[in-house]
Amino acid sequence: MLDPSYIKIQDFSFWYGAKKALHGINMDIPESQITALIGPSGCGKSTLLRNMNRMNDLIDGVRHEGDITLDGTSLYDPTVEVISLRKRVGMVFQKYNPFAKTIYENVVFSLRVAGRNSKKELDETVERSLKGAALWDEVKDRLHESAFSLSGGQMQRLCIARAIANRPQILLMDEPCAALDPIATLKIEELMLKLKEEFTIVIVTHNMQQAMRCSDKTAFFYLGKLIEFNDTKSIFETPKEAQTEEYISGRFS
Amino acid sequence: MSDTQSESTEKEPTPPAAKFDLGGRKAPLGESQVWLTAMGLALGVLMTLGLLGLIFVKGLEVFWPHPIAQITLKQDSTATLSDSNILAGPITETRSIKTGDTTREEIQLMVGNRDVYRLSFHFLNAADVVDTTYPEDIVLAERMEYGHAIFYPKFATLADGTTIPANGPGFAETLNRLAGETADRRKVIADVKSDGMGTQNRKILKAERKIRALERRGKATPEKIAALRETIATAETALVPLGAELDALNAKQRAATLTFTLPTGEERTQPFGEFVAFTYPNRLSIFGKVGHFAHKLWEFVSTGPREANTEGGIFPAIFGTFVMTLLMSIAVTPFGVIAAIYLREYAKQGVLVQWVRISVNNLAGVPSIVFGVFGLGFFIYVVGGWVDQIFYPDAVAENRSVFGTGGLLWASLTLALMTLPVLIVATEEALAAVPRGAREAALACGASKWQTIQRIVLPSATPGILTGVILAMARGAGEVAPLMLVGVVKVAEDLPLDSVFPFIHAERKFMHLGFHIYDLGFQSPDSEAAKPMVFATTFLLIVLVIVMNLAAILLRNHLRKKYAVASF
Ligand SMILES: Nc1ncnc2c1ncn2[C@@H]1O[C@H](COP(=O)(O)OP(=O)(O)OP(=O)(O)O)[C@@H](O)[C@H]1O
Ligand SMILES: [Mg+2]
Repeated sequence: MLDPSYIKIQDFSFWYGAKKALHGINMDIPESQITALIGPSGCGKSTLLRNMNRMNDLIDGVRHEGDITLDGTSLYDPTVEVISLRKRVGMVFQKYNPFAKTIYENVVFSLRVAGRNSKKELDETVERSLKGAALWDEVKDRLHESAFSLSGGQMQRLCIARAIANRPQILLMDEPCAALDPIATLKIEELMLKLKEEFTIVIVTHNMQQAMRCSDKTAFFYLGKLIEFNDTKSIFETPKEAQTEEYISGRFS
Repeated sequence: MSDTQSESTEKEPTPPAAKFDLGGRKAPLGESQVWLTAMGLALGVLMTLGLLGLIFVKGLEVFWPHPIAQITLKQDSTATLSDSNILAGPITETRSIKTGDTTREEIQLMVGNRDVYRLSFHFLNAADVVDTTYPEDIVLAERMEYGHAIFYPKFATLADGTTIPANGPGFAETLNRLAGETADRRKVIADVKSDGMGTQNRKILKAERKIRALERRGKATPEKIAALRETIATAETALVPLGAELDALNAKQRAATLTFTLPTGEERTQPFGEFVAFTYPNRLSIFGKVGHFAHKLWEFVSTGPREANTEGGIFPAIFGTFVMTLLMSIAVTPFGVIAAIYLREYAKQGVLVQWVRISVNNLAGVPSIVFGVFGLGFFIYVVGGWVDQIFYPDAVAENRSVFGTGGLLWASLTLALMTLPVLIVATEEALAAVPRGAREAALACGASKWQTIQRIVLPSATPGILTGVILAMARGAGEVAPLMLVGVVKVAEDLPLDSVFPFIHAERKFMHLGFHIYDLGFQSPDSEAAKPMVFATTFLLIVLVIVMNLAAILLRNHLRKKYAVASF
């Protein structure tokens, strides 16, 4: 039975210094589904996403209230190690950011830092991850070339391969298609639909069609508040809040 | 400026209405800044090129053979030399001197023959010159001592007593052959002295020190002492034939002689062993001159100095500078990088870190001599003192210092300290320039902070760090003042690198191009004779710095390509 509250966000507020970016968010993200976060620029989507693997810890002067639990464990529990947390929660960024290494080394980076260096395991991981990211056929003959020799869309898929190499349980994607053309975007959407069998996916997107096409649930944020959270179909067809309707129909001011 | 602008805009006829008004003007009137900045750059470039050009020309001119002028003076001239009114030498400079209303031309002549004339240079009034000729058979000879000799050869006397007259055919070849023979023998002599006798002398010295050390510690058993005395005796017997060989070689060096007449009339005889090379400058063709130039230049960079550094080459100084700069870079890089990593990546950015940063930056403004004093006080007296106490107790007991005195190691460390701020600042910049995306990606893959720094941040910062190393190297290589306190010397007996164990002798004193320039220019007994060498040495110092920098730049470009950061 899949857990309907796999990631549980409870009364979560977040401050950058004096600026409050999130106001008491409550949200249950289900397992093995795609949850889309939508909303106008600056409403706090990335902030929430980046809290799910504690990436925001790196910023000076941040503060939070409330809690986020993952499979029942609080992320902020003092016994939680950030490194093992991040191994369970993979992340793909808006700007594709491969390392200045070969394609192969990019994919196996998370294994290498975990001290797993057996050639067999690495080779298997590379093939599985690149296949998972639908990149294998394009790069299988040039695994040892620099990652920068790839096109933008390929680089983003490489970043996805890198994020799933370590078999995380959750995949966070912050506008993964923002820098890509429509064809590459479609490829990544297909990929997400395939990946959701294995991972729980949370995706931030500005593209309504994208949210509609591939997400199971959608959350609409506005000015740091969660306005509406429901099945994607309901959100787009029968939104309960006026703000949601205005936003998705593009009449937002 | 703005007035003329608005005027000219008004005067312009209104252009026909364009479809898109791009606001274009016909003449780029407003861009006075372009001119200003360009002029600033041009001025800077001009001055730098001027300086480099001067050093280049003057530095290379030294090796170009100049014709020897024989000058006949008026009978009543006051500028006679050795009571003769005929003198000869290359004209090194002609300058106008103004006294009151009258200006007169003064000629500077390198008359050489310092053993006879006491000074190598002679000044005379151009108005006194009656006649100037360039005789074909005048010879310029380099000697082991007393600088150049300029003379007309008369005859050479060989070891077996036969004489060869100078006016016979092929005398120039004879001179060269004899000079070559003595040069070869000089090498043999040097080998006998350093390899043969040096090895034995070192053995004796070591054994003697051991005996004294044993006696001091009260551990001197008769057997041990006897064994050591035996070693000394063997070494001393080995020295006897070597001494005889040396005497024989030296006698051979004195056997053949050259008799010659100076332009001023004196006749002299000197053994060939005291000559280094002969040239007939007035006979040289252009190819001969080029060959001579190349030969002299090579000799300059590949051999050691003679005669208080005013003659011979500067190889030990080039080598010393190179090794010191290299050691300095090796020492400064880890410290600078580690400090910068802590400051930028780990330290909590706050008032304290800001203060540390300001202090580091100000360290760059501390006069270099202060670092020299610190090096002397801390590295040499304190650290060097400890090292000697712990590792060389016997040397301390005999009042010798090994590391407790200036040397290559301490000089490198002192300069490393001096250039540390440069590297810290450059590394911090380089670290800051690594995009946040790359760090976040690594952390999101489950890398620890240190793994992120080590595997992602440092590689992409390496080109920037190398820029810092380049700057530090350039600053360190040209520094002189602190070195005078921490180990540079005018003449170093041995190179800091040789075939005697442990090969690198970091405690040795060394020669340095920068100090060499200072020494030649300001400490030399005959500053006129040293002036060309100052230019040549400066030229080489610049070349060395450029070569080392180029190497680092090539490495940086290579790494930059390798660790190029994707741009989006
Ligand atoms: N590092 C930071 N320091 C201070 N304020 C920040 C920081 N990052 C984000 N913010 C602020 O927090 C708010 C939410 O930002 P966030 O990046 O989460 O928005 P977003 O919904 O992802 O927007 P976009 O769609 O443009 O990516 C914004 O007002 C932003 O200015
Ligand atoms: Mg965002």
